[in-house]
Amino acid sequence: MGSIIFLVVLVIVVGWVIGAYNGLVSLKNQTLNAFKQIDVQLKRRHDLIPNLVNAVKGAMEFERSTLEAVIQARNQAVKVNATGPEGIKQISQAENVLSSALQRLMVVVEQYPQLKATGNIGQLQEELTSTENKVAFARQLYNDTATQYNTRQQQFPTNMVTGLAKAQPADLWELEDQAEKAVPQVDLSMKPKV
Amino acid sequence: MSDDTSLNLFQQQEANRRRTVLLVIGFVAFFAWLGFGGDYIYYVSTRDAPGTAYHHVFPWFGIALTVVALLTAWYAYATGPEKVLWSTGAREVVDPTDPQEKQLVNVVEEMAIAAGVPRPRIWIVDDPDPNAFATGTDPLHSHIAVTRGLLDLCSRDELQAVVGHELGHVKNLDVRLMTMLAALVGAIALMHDGATRVLRGGINVGGGGGGGSRGGGGKKGGAGPLLVVLLVVWIVSWILAPIIAQVLALAVSRKREYLADAMSAQFTRNPLALAGALQKIEGAVAPTTAIKRGAAHLCIADPLGRRLTAREGLFADALATHPPMAKRIAILRGMGYAQLKKEGESVA
Repeated sequence: MGSIIFLVVLVIVVGWVIGAYNGLVSLKNQTLNAFKQIDVQLKRRHDLIPNLVNAVKGAMEFERSTLEAVIQARNQAVKVNATGPEGIKQISQAENVLSSALQRLMVVVEQYPQLKATGNIGQLQEELTSTENKVAFARQLYNDTATQYNTRQQQFPTNMVTGLAKAQPADLWELEDQAEKAVPQVDLSMKPKV
Repeated sequence: MSDDTSLNLFQQQEANRRRTVLLVIGFVAFFAWLGFGGDYIYYVSTRDAPGTAYHHVFPWFGIALTVVALLTAWYAYATGPEKVLWSTGAREVVDPTDPQEKQLVNVVEEMAIAAGVPRPRIWIVDDPDPNAFATGTDPLHSHIAVTRGLLDLCSRDELQAVVGHELGHVKNLDVRLMTMLAALVGAIALMHDGATRVLRGGINVGGGGGGGSRGGGGKKGGAGPLLVVLLVVWIVSWILAPIIAQVLALAVSRKREYLADAMSAQFTRNPLALAGALQKIEGAVAPTTAIKRGAAHLCIADPLGRRLTAREGLFADALATHPPMAKRIAILRGMGYAQLKKEGESVA
């Protein structure tokens, strides 16, 4: 009788360990996959920016500094030589600078109705919005998945098998600095800057 | 995504898989009953016929109807999404040219990223009434359709919220169950029309046969009442089939609208946008003429007019495909204000 009870308990415990282990592995892979999604979207953004800037260069001669800031931030972001969730701090820093530069560009475009009236700029605006949204949503999915993964690792009793599953807390994609988001100054006179 | 909502998602996926299987089993069993029941009635009524007359021994009807039901279910699963799209006259957006369509494609791509599912195929229904629906069998084979009216009426954020709602249906596999239901309801309606015609002829023949056997022998008295009861139940099932299917279609869709609303809010982090979109859709009076009753339960708002969904209660609960719009908007507003309050506190 005693050995039967022991066997039943053993089977339940082993079953639970297998379930918890597999749960952690699955979440780990989901986290990695979500990170790949961010990568894909960032690459898309890097490829898009030069085209976009070329398309509006002529129409936006007066906002050269804004455009240059975008180009520079983009080049900095491309240069970052880190991959995988481990390099997330480096990548996110560079990308956040680019995000705010693009945001500034969008605000600028928004402030000039004359600019918006021409078809190209309308399309540019849509593309920019969409690109930024895609990056933001990929980031959101990554952060959600990673949070789920981290929570699972810390929760009792799953935390007892984290070592077994080689689970390590994943870094979240930090939100950008509030100072970076400072509202840009907009010159409404449309006179060329000297 | 908190653990809570993901648990909800898995439960909903599991429930949808199970219900789809049950639906198919129920569908096949129902046709088996119609077929084998008919066989049995025919068998009993020809049992006492003289030796030279026809004796119905082998259950041909039952086997034929069961096979037809199985084939129909398989066909419905394989082509259901196509049929639903075809019935609404939707056209696919492949290479978007005008800015509106380009924006729709962008928005769907964004939401697919947020939901972590492959991008569904995108369709537009040229109807001035704002509405949207999703169909498909799983996230890899899914379709999202919106009406031209929705594109015209909604802002970018609102369109995003509506697409998020539809992707919620895709992700939790609502689309599989609901598309299957739409296809099977359609099949039942079609078969019912055809079979009623055949059945009428059959009853006339049966009536003649019965008259003959009454003249033949007195031994049949025992089987009489049973036969009549069976016959009545059997005929009632034929008559009720489309009504049962319709009630099923209605009952299956209401609760999941709330869940899809919540999922949209989770994807966009902007519940107020969906509230705004629902408000605008609610305000549009015209019914969506392009979308017929068969696909009504797939839509974000009842395409057949919104009077029934306007209030709650037993009557509306039984007949409306959608929950009251006011309640959905109120829930979303609640989420939105809770979010704003939280953000306000973190800034302060």
